[in-house]
Amino acid sequence: MTTFRIKRYNPEKQPEPYYEDFQLDIPDGSTLLDCINLIKWKQDGSLTYRMSCRSAICGSCGMKVNGRAILACQRQAVSQVDKDDTVTIEPLGNMQPIKDLVVDFEPFWEKVHKVKPYLQTNEQPPEKERQQAPEQFRLIDDSSTCIMCGNCYSDCNVLEVDDNFLGPAALAKAQRFVSDSRDEKTLERVTELSEPGGIWDCTHCGECVERCPKPAEPFYRIKEIMTVALEQGVHNNNGARHALSFANSVKASGRLNENRIPVESVGIFNIKGLMDLIPIGIRMLLKRKIPPIFHKSIDDVKDVKRIFKELGQ
Amino acid sequence: MKFALFTGCVSQGATRELMVSTKKAAEGLGIEFVEMKSAACCGAGVVGEKSPMLADALNARTFAIAEKQGLDLVTICSTCQGVLKKTECNLKSDPEYMKKINHILSEGGHQYDGEKSRIKHFANILATDEGMKRLRERIKRPLTGLKVAAFYGCYVLRPSKLSDFDNPDNPTGMEDIFAALGATPVYYESRTKCCGFPIVMMNKKASLDMAGNALVDAIESGADCVVTGCPLCHLNLDSYQPEIEKLLEKKYHIPILHLPQLVALALGYSPKDLDMDKHIVSTLNVKRKLQPVG
Repeated sequence: MTTFRIKRYNPEKQPEPYYEDFQLDIPDGSTLLDCINLIKWKQDGSLTYRMSCRSAICGSCGMKVNGRAILACQRQAVSQVDKDDTVTIEPLGNMQPIKDLVVDFEPFWEKVHKVKPYLQTNEQPPEKERQQAPEQFRLIDDSSTCIMCGNCYSDCNVLEVDDNFLGPAALAKAQRFVSDSRDEKTLERVTELSEPGGIWDCTHCGECVERCPKPAEPFYRIKEIMTVALEQGVHNNNGARHALSFANSVKASGRLNENRIPVESVGIFNIKGLMDLIPIGIRMLLKRKIPPIFHKSIDDVKDVKRIFKELGQ
Repeated sequence: MKFALFTGCVSQGATRELMVSTKKAAEGLGIEFVEMKSAACCGAGVVGEKSPMLADALNARTFAIAEKQGLDLVTICSTCQGVLKKTECNLKSDPEYMKKINHILSEGGHQYDGEKSRIKHFANILATDEGMKRLRERIKRPLTGLKVAAFYGCYVLRPSKLSDFDNPDNPTGMEDIFAALGATPVYYESRTKCCGFPIVMMNKKASLDMAGNALVDAIESGADCVVTGCPLCHLNLDSYQPEIEKLLEKKYHIPILHLPQLVALALGYSPKDLDMDKHIVSTLNVKRKLQPVG
């Protein structure tokens, strides 16, 4: 018998969530969703969760299993059993629970809508379809596989501390249009996406790549938007300045100049930003943790410069 | 054991104590590190924001240098580790792309073969049978009674297909090392989370909240210190700790050690040898728990 420890919540009956244990013999070959269905059908009909396709297409059955977001229909139940013969099931994170494993997706959808997830063109639609070459489609192939399950949103490290972040799913959706050869609002899009809460607030933790059940892998899509934003000249923000300063530093010496990058990231005319750097600067100085004032180049830096030049950077 | 050492930039700058302690740990373990003095910065994923191909070309050049040395490459930074692994994956999964990159490298006299050198984080060379054997044989001061919380750093764990840890969601490599050193590993939920450093310049509050939550978790789980395999995590958790205290309106005091410092302490080196007085947060409570060298 395996214990399925499920987080229950029904605000009409009890304000606080609680855990309830269900015992089940896992039938051979069953997915985690099959097991949850069996518990609902045979043990407690009030257990509430979303599900539909059972084949990792619809994205409805996202839930946290042993602390990580997965699609319940995409995993064999036995693969989720821990060393104590228990599977712990909780609602997705970073969203408010409504009942049991069902969470409120409203903020998630609001953010998806915010990135304008539709083609924007300047001209009237053609009589027939707008065509794309295979190599043009390849740029948006991965992001177009997103099934909006919310798993990446659930486990995003930034969203845990900042509701203002658009989050990985909305940003992956944004890349779907930023890189679409038929869309004509690229500059407007990357300008908006470079504002606070957008691409530069991604902390690079890779958690969304790990939780994504499809090839959408939002972190990599966010990086692709960053590249387009820099190419389009949207440089008036700390994230872009940081990337440019970093690359310039490597170009000049082969390594990062840690004394310059904080100053160049906040902007050399940004008095408030520079003032904010003073406490950490003094603290580091007092402990002799300031990087060398005379920044030394790596050996054979000429070759590094040559590579930059050859790639037009 | 002989490796090409990819030092990364931060161990040469704001966390020089990492480089000092890495050399001591290697000396104590009988590991020979050949410093890669002509290797360029890994780009920390940031150079790749400007140009993905540029970042891959610079890192392929680094691999070619290690291959020429005939050595596996060792990093002492989780970020370097993850970024180098991503380039390796990009090149090995696309022979045409690798050919293009090699064409760029050729003028500088470099060629990346792809099979002659592997990329390993310092924690991963210790967590092997050979590494653990050496650790156990050479310990001069077991870290008995010291409760140590690991903070892995995202890039050694995620994406899991690039990680050397068996289970990146629930890794045990660093805790196994702590146990081998005689310390008591502390398992806590935030050990695989992000420290927030990559956005400290863009969204400082979120960055420090992330670091603060991890510190609270480690403290409430009973840890005497946090040990990290990433100097960038060290910067956020240690250097910004006074600001985190203010932000979360809580008093913290937990020293953050680099993994090589902890290893070298057990090998008999003194905290002074390892520049532990250069941390922002005092390491006194770790020093107090150290036994005399046996």
